[in-house]
Amino acid sequence: MNRPATLLDEALGFDDGESNSRQRRVGRVFLVEDCVETSGAFVLHHLIKRFLSPNHSSSDSVVIFVAFAQPFSHYDRILRKMGCNLAVQRENKRLIFFDMLMLECPDDDGVEGGLIALYGNIHKAVEANSINKNITIIIDDISLLEVAANGSTKDVLNFMHYCHTLTTQFGCTIITVIHEDIYSNGDEFTLPIQMEYLADITLKAEPLVTGLAADIHGQLTEVDLEKDCGKAYNAIVFKNERRR
Amino acid sequence: MADAICRVLRDGALEGEHATSLTINDSVDSPFGPIVFDYIFTQLSSFISSEKSQSRGIVLVSFARSPSSTAELLNTRGTDIATSHQWLSVLDCYTDPLGWKEQLKERGAIKTPSTEASLNLNLCKDVRNLDDLFSQILVLGKGLVGEGKTRFSVAIDSVSEMLRHTSLSSVSSLINNLRSHAQVSSIFWLLHSDLHDIKTTSAFEYMSSMVANVKPLSTTTNAEQNYKKGQFHASLKRRNGRVRVMVEEFSNEQSQIKFTSMNAVENAITQSLVPKVQFNMQLSDKEKSDRAKVVLPFEHQEMDKSVQIYDGRKSLTEVKHESNGENLKKQEEFERGEIIYFRDSDDEMPDSDEDPDDDLDI
Repeated sequence: MNRPATLLDEALGFDDGESNSRQRRVGRVFLVEDCVETSGAFVLHHLIKRFLSPNHSSSDSVVIFVAFAQPFSHYDRILRKMGCNLAVQRENKRLIFFDMLMLECPDDDGVEGGLIALYGNIHKAVEANSINKNITIIIDDISLLEVAANGSTKDVLNFMHYCHTLTTQFGCTIITVIHEDIYSNGDEFTLPIQMEYLADITLKAEPLVTGLAADIHGQLTEVDLEKDCGKAYNAIVFKNERRR
Repeated sequence: MADAICRVLRDGALEGEHATSLTINDSVDSPFGPIVFDYIFTQLSSFISSEKSQSRGIVLVSFARSPSSTAELLNTRGTDIATSHQWLSVLDCYTDPLGWKEQLKERGAIKTPSTEASLNLNLCKDVRNLDDLFSQILVLGKGLVGEGKTRFSVAIDSVSEMLRHTSLSSVSSLINNLRSHAQVSSIFWLLHSDLHDIKTTSAFEYMSSMVANVKPLSTTTNAEQNYKKGQFHASLKRRNGRVRVMVEEFSNEQSQIKFTSMNAVENAITQSLVPKVQFNMQLSDKEKSDRAKVVLPFEHQEMDKSVQIYDGRKSLTEVKHESNGENLKKQEEFERGEIIYFRDSDDEMPDSDEDPDDDLDI
């Protein structure tokens, strides 16, 4: 527990006492909203690391990763730089990785069928690990899930609803990413709002209103629907350092 | 005022009238709809459990929340779950709304989940079939109050989820059928208004005798405030046709919502402001009486005194009292006073059409 807590950890409540922070995260739905200018991927990587790192939470945590955006090697490379070896975790069965890059639901009838099958796989994995208390389901990302579902928002929301039932039934935590700016015109705007209604904690990465700067890439806003004290609101300015 | 709404729901419907109905609207900017819904639900259920209301039972159609969290809610509000069987039935449309789990179970992909039997639960496995849903609600309601004239209430959380699965017309026909049913006393539902177009929200407002809107405090205040407090706008259609509109402020504290009337809020604001002002805004009694004694200019004109207007010279009365010699001289001066004006020419009308500004060099 001697790891220096970053501002992001603080905002997400990872820095306070062990039992408290675990209570705070279990059974919640995290939603990372980002846009083209400021990618929210770093929040996702940070959360993967936090939910997997054995010396922070208890070692019985399991992460189920449903990847639509990137292959396993991509996450593995990034997390390795952050000091977390995904390949080892995968061998230890602490990371269950679903490669969904090729998922395509052929026609109208197949969309629901495909999503039911995917949900079945997730449910099965959750059930198999349900003796472990901390199960985290990560879906990267909703926008590509929608593409895989042939653009059927309704089916995506049904799928997310079923994933949400896992939070109450098994106490799972769900982390999802959505690209907000691709929905900004017309009546298609409902998907991000629907997701916000579903989420307990919304993390929004957006560029600064004052324009781009060399040192600062944007700001991260956290809206946290807590059970006890309404919503907390945090704004963090983040800087994306160049990797050497 | 939120209590006024609860009272109207408690009193229910008159014979031969539609059931009283309430729409709760909220939006992402002020997402307190579920909390307001919980408040009204718990208030109404405490009326029902203590038999103070017209209805003797409540059917909760739960789309957005798991039955376990409903049980938790009742627990935290001090309701005895064990006795809730007598007056509460939950129609669970959350756990398996489309029958996916059922399908997977049949295929052997997943196991049967263990269901907790703390509440009076009924599982709905196809929410797209609203006729079926309607008959299920009636069966549950009649199971609580029995056949006859005893009435029950219906709570739907939330209509937005229903609209996702079916069309507006079928949802509104379901609600209309419930409203006009002889055994339904009151019905209320939650709607996330920003997920739907205006057509949809107004359709539901037409069907309700009360509308409650949950709004952010104001668009200009900082966002942090809006996630703890908000405004509660309510309009109640009365039987005599009058509409009562009310505004309240609420704050969310320790997962409970607290309502304060706007007047109280304004009073609190003025009271907190007054000590900061350096001027004395209030008058004492003595100051008030002193002010009343002041004779304002021209007030004496109707009191048989001569008109006195000070024009910068000495007044006539004062002049009379001065020495005679001077007096005479002055009198002459007064008589000689006249205004002499010669017009430049008779042809030229005063203020002729010549431009008065033509000498200006702009």
